[in-house]
Amino acid sequence: MTDETYTQDFRSYCIGGLLALILTALAFGLVVFEVLPNFERLIAISVLAVAQIIVHFRYFLHISWHSHRDDLQLVLFTSLILFLMVGGTIWILFNLHEQMM
Amino acid sequence: MTAESSFSLLGILTAQDISFVHTFEHPGMSEFIDASAGGVMVMGGIIVIALLTYYRGWHALWCDWLTSVDHKKVGIMYVVVAFVMLARAIIEGVLMRYQQSIAVNDPGILSPDHFGQLFSTHGSIMIFFVAMPFVTGMMNYIMPQQIGARDVSFPLLNAISLWLTAAGAALVMISLVVGKFSTGGWTAYPPYTGIEFSPGEGVDYWIWSISLASIGSTLTGLNFATTIYKNRAPGMTLFRMPLFCWTSLCTSVLMIFAMAPLTIATLMLALDRYAGFHFFTNDLGGNMMNYANLFWLFGHPEVYILILPAFGVFSEVISTFSGKTIYGYKSLVIATMSIAVLSFTVWLHHFFTMGQGANVNAIFGIATMLIGVPTGVKVYDWLLTMVRGRIRLTTAMLFSVMFLVTFVIGGLTGVVLANPPVDFAVHNSLFLVAHFHNMVIPGVLFGMIAGYQFWFPKAFGFRLAERWGKVSFWCWSFGFYLTFMPLYVLGLMGAMRRTVEWFRPEYLGWLQVSFVGALLLFSGFLFLCVQLVVSIRQRDQRRVPAGDPWDGRSLEWSNSSPPPEYNFAVIPDVTGQDAFTRIKQQGQAYASPIAYEDIVVPKNSIVAPVIGIAAIMFGFALVWHIWWLVVFSFVCMWGAVIARSFVTETERVIPASKVRADNEAWLQQVRECATTPREQENTSVNVGRAEVLT
Amino acid sequence: MKRQPLLHPGLNLGSTDEYSHDVSEPIIFGFWVFLMADLVLFAILFATYASMSVQGQAGGPTPIDVFDLPSAFIETMLLLTSSITFGLASLALKYKADSLHLVFWLVLTFCLGAGFIGMELRDFWVMIEQGAVPQRSGFLSSFFLLVATHGIHVTAGLFWMLVLFLQLRVFGRTTEVKLRLMRLALFWHMLDIVWVCIFTFVYLFGVAQ
Repeated sequence: MTDETYTQDFRSYCIGGLLALILTALAFGLVVFEVLPNFERLIAISVLAVAQIIVHFRYFLHISWHSHRDDLQLVLFTSLILFLMVGGTIWILFNLHEQMM
Repeated sequence: MTAESSFSLLGILTAQDISFVHTFEHPGMSEFIDASAGGVMVMGGIIVIALLTYYRGWHALWCDWLTSVDHKKVGIMYVVVAFVMLARAIIEGVLMRYQQSIAVNDPGILSPDHFGQLFSTHGSIMIFFVAMPFVTGMMNYIMPQQIGARDVSFPLLNAISLWLTAAGAALVMISLVVGKFSTGGWTAYPPYTGIEFSPGEGVDYWIWSISLASIGSTLTGLNFATTIYKNRAPGMTLFRMPLFCWTSLCTSVLMIFAMAPLTIATLMLALDRYAGFHFFTNDLGGNMMNYANLFWLFGHPEVYILILPAFGVFSEVISTFSGKTIYGYKSLVIATMSIAVLSFTVWLHHFFTMGQGANVNAIFGIATMLIGVPTGVKVYDWLLTMVRGRIRLTTAMLFSVMFLVTFVIGGLTGVVLANPPVDFAVHNSLFLVAHFHNMVIPGVLFGMIAGYQFWFPKAFGFRLAERWGKVSFWCWSFGFYLTFMPLYVLGLMGAMRRTVEWFRPEYLGWLQVSFVGALLLFSGFLFLCVQLVVSIRQRDQRRVPAGDPWDGRSLEWSNSSPPPEYNFAVIPDVTGQDAFTRIKQQGQAYASPIAYEDIVVPKNSIVAPVIGIAAIMFGFALVWHIWWLVVFSFVCMWGAVIARSFVTETERVIPASKVRADNEAWLQQVRECATTPREQENTSVNVGRAEVLT
Repeated sequence: MKRQPLLHPGLNLGSTDEYSHDVSEPIIFGFWVFLMADLVLFAILFATYASMSVQGQAGGPTPIDVFDLPSAFIETMLLLTSSITFGLASLALKYKADSLHLVFWLVLTFCLGAGFIGMELRDFWVMIEQGAVPQRSGFLSSFFLLVATHGIHVTAGLFWMLVLFLQLRVFGRTTEVKLRLMRLALFWHMLDIVWVCIFTFVYLFGVAQ
């Protein structure tokens, strides 16, 4: 029994590591080799970052739909708070900047 | 910052910074008042030390209290901090009301600088060192018992939080004697509080005392959330918890997420002041508007951190003294959760006038109006709890009823302020000051006083004298209306906040009425003190050892008064809401448990006081640039944490035989007690065993 | 074989150490809550950086002037690899009976982490020598605070690792030590997540403009 779950756990880190490496290389590559026009490039690396964050959560932190409900709730609530605080701050500060120009 | 400060043993501290020396060298009315305040504080400290020595209380103080990690003791100590700081802050409020009542075309008795410190300490102390400790102490004492737990999830962390808060309070008290406090208000907006315009030590006192307290609060939120999620008794599902626990959970979530923006804002301000960074400076890319944004990202959830526990208290008090289950439990839970989430969506309403476009203001204005809705739901639920109830107007209930009326008025003025164009007219006027005091006093303060009156017998084993409580209640109530209703009028007449001298004679009458009100508020506080002293002296007349003086509905009333260290001899099995009422109605209250087990409790620890005292030194050293002490105290704090992690014997066992002996003795005592009908609960007949009404 | 239910984030000890697994839930959850608060802290720093990097340059150095992308890439690789090696250390903690593999992977993690900090300090030094000091502009203030806060967290993690090395020697693989290592693992992985955001939204965004 221990061997089977060892394989699962080991695989988790391997897949996670590999995916993270690929996503990182892609992101750096996009910028270094100046692929895509500017705005689309920024969107692309943002998406790659979000994808890598999900990879980290799933394969390194083992957060998935099988996780304890309390832990999932906390992650989702934190995401909401991050969205409100970061989104709100950026919106407000850029709006203020516009008003001053 | 001068080069010499790095090498000086005392940083930039000099003898002239001691307030007594300063007053001696620059005598004047304002300085005299300042020195007197410091003198009273020092005398108070000396008296306490003298009394402790005379009654040989040091050993008990250290072993039973200061090193304790028991949530009940920690809770009581939090409330003690709150009371002591309330004494100072309320006097500051009265002093400011006096100054304003005489300073019409007259400089009054306070210098502008002194007045600036007063409104800064008054606000900072009331929020961070009265209201926060009070609600934290209340939750600390009651919540674990209500969920049927023996303690919080992390008892030592709990004690550390207490000591960090106390350290912050100590720093503010020290600032009364050594140096000056900030004159930037409790919000400390740069660039005024930047190094260019506030070069002294005042703002630094503010920064470090607030930072310590905010770290303590974050850790408390973490602790309470984990406790409620993971430490509940068997059968105590989330939807069987008392409302006070629901509000504790939501408050904890707010504490966890809201303190971070404050920590960052104060850290950035500190970096600007100490290291010449440009977060909030006028030049080189600073953006002082971000400070307001970050501060209120914290500040708005903060006020809900203060009010939600009070809402929880009111739910408990109103249902108990109406003799009914709380009306609309589910709607109250959903309302509480909505308030918690929505509190993160409204922060911009604190700076409508800062310069954002109208669309941004409109969206936040709408969100602000929305957040009044769940609170309205709660008010209706409380009212409907009282309908057809058998109401007993105890002191706690009186405060609750006055809250219902007065808080709604404040809420209505809040909806008025939520309109950006209206806010443009009254922002930072006395209208605003009246509004937020109209929320905090009937909301937070009355809630905490009600909770104090309600749960005091549980904590200390004897009831408080009702008569003095009622006198205090009337003083607080009339005092509130008399002090703050004129401020609404004054605000609409154009009077701004934080003003040391006026030039419009038509303000005078209103300001004088307000001052009389302030004296009433202060007497309300004094009568609470009288109530305490009288109750202690007459405690034998009001003992309630059986533990249930009010016919309580939740589990904290099911143990003795005061409760044993481990709260429950046997962890109860919960089958529904109003768990203790259910047990009483099934005739199973005070039944002997079938079996007893050994109980493991955490040992006392010196880590918390060590960290607290090191934290005071850390903050003080940062204020006065005593760099060697900064390093030393930092090492002490973390050293204590690391050293503690090497200690393996952190718990002790209370054998089952002892638990059995203590519990059976108490149960025997309870069975011999006569039950008290509700009408006689305010007499010496009440020994804490309630008559069960079906 | 049916998976055991996950009691907490990170690798669960499960049936390899039933006692530790049983007591772990509230302890790891509490730390998880702390990490969420820490995430909010970083989020605020990012939000501030987002506005100040654009609006707060004050005619001074711009991101493209001062960011060393190759260095950032190497740092990313170091930290990512250290996350993987910590994962392997976690596996060793769970499945191996002795501490040899555990200590090996942890030492490797420590070296990679220390390498990361060393390179970051070097980056800062280069910037300071160029005159790109935090006192120069709002952009630089917010850059230094954000990246240095992350660096200080990593350094704290390194100190924590050292203390745990000592505790492994003194106490062995007790429940307390295991739970501390598990919490450090969560901390370490979380810091790598924050670094993903830093290399993306600070370095790549800065150079790509």
